[in-house]
Amino acid sequence: MSLPSNASPGITGASIFKNRDWKKLLPISPAFLFLGFFFVYPVIILLGLSLVDDSGSLSLEHYVHLFEKAVYMKVLLITLKIAAWTTLFALLAGYPIAYLLSTTNSNTRNSLIIWVLMPFWTSFLVRTFAWMVLLGRHGALNDLLFALDLIDVPVRLLYNFTGVMIGMVHALMPLCILTMLSVMENIDRNLVSAASTLGARGGQSFWRVYFPLSIPGVAAGGMLVFITALGFFITPALLGGARDTMIVQVIIFQIQEVLNWGFAGAIAMLLLVSVLIIFTLYDQLIGLSTLSGESTQGRKKGLIGRFGARVGSIIVNFLGNACERFGMLMDLILRPKAGSARKSMGRLPLWIVSMTILAFLCIPAFFVIPVSFTEEAFLGWPPRGFSLQWYEQVLQSDAWAAAASRSFIVASASALLGMSIGVPAAFFLVRRQFFGKAAVFAFLVSPIIMPNIIIAVALFYLYAKLGLVGTNLGLILGHTILAIPYVVITVMAILKNYDHRLDQAAWTLGANKWQTLTRITLPLMSAGLIASFMFAFIISFDELTISLFVTGGEVTTLPKKMWDDSLMNVSPVLAAVAALLLAFMTLFILLTEYIRRRGTGDEL
Amino acid sequence: MQKYKLNAIAVRKTYGDVTALKSASINLKAGEFLTLLGPSGSGKTTLLMAIAGLNSPDSGEIWIDGELATYLPPFKRDLGMVFQNYALFPHMTVFDNIAFPLRMRKNKASVIKEEVMKVLNVVELSHVANRYPKELSGGQQQRIALARCFVYKPSIILMDEPLGALDKKLRDTLQREIKKLHENLGITVLYVTHDQEEAMVMSDRICVMNDGEIDQIGTPAELYFNPSTIFSADFLGESNLFSGKILSSNKQEVEVAGPAGMVIKGMSKVPVNVGDDVKFMVRPESVVINALETEENVTHGTLTEVIVSGQITKLFTELVDGTEMMSTRLTRTSEHTLPVGAKVSLSWRASNTIILIS
Repeated sequence: MSLPSNASPGITGASIFKNRDWKKLLPISPAFLFLGFFFVYPVIILLGLSLVDDSGSLSLEHYVHLFEKAVYMKVLLITLKIAAWTTLFALLAGYPIAYLLSTTNSNTRNSLIIWVLMPFWTSFLVRTFAWMVLLGRHGALNDLLFALDLIDVPVRLLYNFTGVMIGMVHALMPLCILTMLSVMENIDRNLVSAASTLGARGGQSFWRVYFPLSIPGVAAGGMLVFITALGFFITPALLGGARDTMIVQVIIFQIQEVLNWGFAGAIAMLLLVSVLIIFTLYDQLIGLSTLSGESTQGRKKGLIGRFGARVGSIIVNFLGNACERFGMLMDLILRPKAGSARKSMGRLPLWIVSMTILAFLCIPAFFVIPVSFTEEAFLGWPPRGFSLQWYEQVLQSDAWAAAASRSFIVASASALLGMSIGVPAAFFLVRRQFFGKAAVFAFLVSPIIMPNIIIAVALFYLYAKLGLVGTNLGLILGHTILAIPYVVITVMAILKNYDHRLDQAAWTLGANKWQTLTRITLPLMSAGLIASFMFAFIISFDELTISLFVTGGEVTTLPKKMWDDSLMNVSPVLAAVAALLLAFMTLFILLTEYIRRRGTGDEL
Repeated sequence: MQKYKLNAIAVRKTYGDVTALKSASINLKAGEFLTLLGPSGSGKTTLLMAIAGLNSPDSGEIWIDGELATYLPPFKRDLGMVFQNYALFPHMTVFDNIAFPLRMRKNKASVIKEEVMKVLNVVELSHVANRYPKELSGGQQQRIALARCFVYKPSIILMDEPLGALDKKLRDTLQREIKKLHENLGITVLYVTHDQEEAMVMSDRICVMNDGEIDQIGTPAELYFNPSTIFSADFLGESNLFSGKILSSNKQEVEVAGPAGMVIKGMSKVPVNVGDDVKFMVRPESVVINALETEENVTHGTLTEVIVSGQITKLFTELVDGTEMMSTRLTRTSEHTLPVGAKVSLSWRASNTIILIS
């Protein structure tokens, strides 16, 4: 091919049809207008409120208050501590799984990845309830420890730091694994083989070749987990004690109980600044481009970046040498013979570790099922008797039915709206070459990075003025903000693997742009588009933070009803709802998987 | 313009700072098979894409069938293209793939069925009509890609290294098939390849491209026996290229002072003056080793290497000053093989010595 390397197919595609400039921007403008009005504008207003005192004049009163009271600094420190530990555990436990997934054959990988996605897609509240069943004083875990005679008194696993840690690591590990995987997938397996032929032992070639190449993924996964963890409140509220209060809980308290918007805005600002600092550090050290799975090679590093690289290489050398020494020691003891085959455990330890962690990710949710059939009026283990009373209660309740149908409608509508805004934007980002592309991408996906609580509070303030509080439309618009980034990311990933020459072939065969789109491009992408719709659907279906605020207590979604009930009384009714949700979500995932496989034609 | 099927005039294309195509002009007569031949980065695919309408040139004009088409979208140009990776639509059966261009042209279902089956017969693949592209072998996919192009009888067919992904045997077979289809159907073909042998086998004319420019256009024989540039001489076939100085010149016949003190008689199509620095080229197959009757040019040396590459044996001889000269001959049984280290004479005709201006 005599095309120069910097000429991607996008250029040729874009420049054929000479249009006026405004027309070229048409695909991306809805995304900009939507996010501009429902995301950027209200967040700016909210942050503006924090700079205004009761009388309406400019003042730093709220910030003075924030830094004067030791309690807020303490909450910030607790939040950072919880987020840091969560990140560490999620990385340590997630790395082996990501490594296994990236180095195994594609069939094994496809079946294993469902188990990683399973908790990712199981309702957030369902998982939290499952941990309450498992970790309680009379929960399944204490039960097991008793039966094994390991303990005399129940271990306290709930309503303390341990509970929060278990819940949060469980909640965020899938995100961590998938982010690391996107980088690890692109590491050429031959590099490790090459290192071996060049004289590196197994451990050396892993630490000196594979591990450094996987670092961008580790950093990306770690950063996403950390900033997501900063915005958590459901897990600490339900599984933690009073001493594990996180910053978002304080914001909610300020707005719902004290109605102090300005002060809530100031705390939100504090949260936002923390996130931005982490982000800047990450960009300096690794580069934001790795978030979309791109390589960082050939990028100029800043001062911090160079320092990080230096420290990193020292650590890698140390670990590599340590592995080599260990290997040499083993050789001294075991004396390898060239003539006889060497017994190797191979990847067995990796499989054992990975399966244990996968079990930790997947099994808990299923514990809500037996509990939902209990005859007793409280969540206990083991469940006594068998009764369908809780299911009857749920299925006959108008409140639950209304919440479920609202959730379904809102999720469908916001996924559709998110697709109609996000898909054209993704096409634009992949197929056009323009200055500032990375910035536009960063803007479109920024709702993921922004803690949901800030969006929720800001939207509530905006909706109060527009009369959208407590309306389905308000909910749909709010969830669409979150759906857009996921749609953009998934559709961009599909488009990058799409062979542009198929479109060119269709053009030369006489199909115009519209015919090419409807007969070639979209049908070929249909599996990916459906998956992206389901992704957006589940994001909305499981969303609590925004619903909590913009419903204004007037209407309710399924997660909000579960949350409200759980604050009052954790009864087996919730287990029944959780079990129903679990069944629904499982069907949903299986359906997605079925459509995906049919789309790629695996059976053909 | 009417007499040409295709006319590209001074087409120029840049990608940012890179000039992919400086200024290229070609024309195709109806029924002609023209090949764009050149190394990677020579601009041949860029020119093809511009003609297909898949990129828009910075300047220049493209005329198809006597009509200006420089910025016409691809679906409005009446041409067909066969892609390097075939670009068969994976979600459609073979039948639907071939029917696609006819459906885009709003043909009746009955006509479509008839035409598709007809063209499938031509490529001898009627039995795979209901299969999907990925169920076919590479060679079959290539034939379907050709069928998809032939079915709507475009006025020109563009082919972008269509055989690049196939193994040598299959490539040889398909080269002849494409050539046969071209002759039987009377279609006009613009073909892109970097394989000089492929270009020689198939083309009516070859357009050698280098560094974004057209180096030379001519029939395979013209290019092979009378290249006008050093690049063409070197790129097409194998060659011995030497530097020299003109000693005497009488019309086309010249004498050159070559390496190892040789005085070489040769032919020059361009006027040269005594004292000019030139290059001259001798094809290895023109050089005869230990000839019984020597030709106009004779030199001596030591045989350094003998390579048997199938039907051709390559012999490398070192002249007294260390210059290496290659000669080829048909492979013979081993008892006739010369031993390495033997003193040999090399001789060739004056008419086989082509003078090139450096």
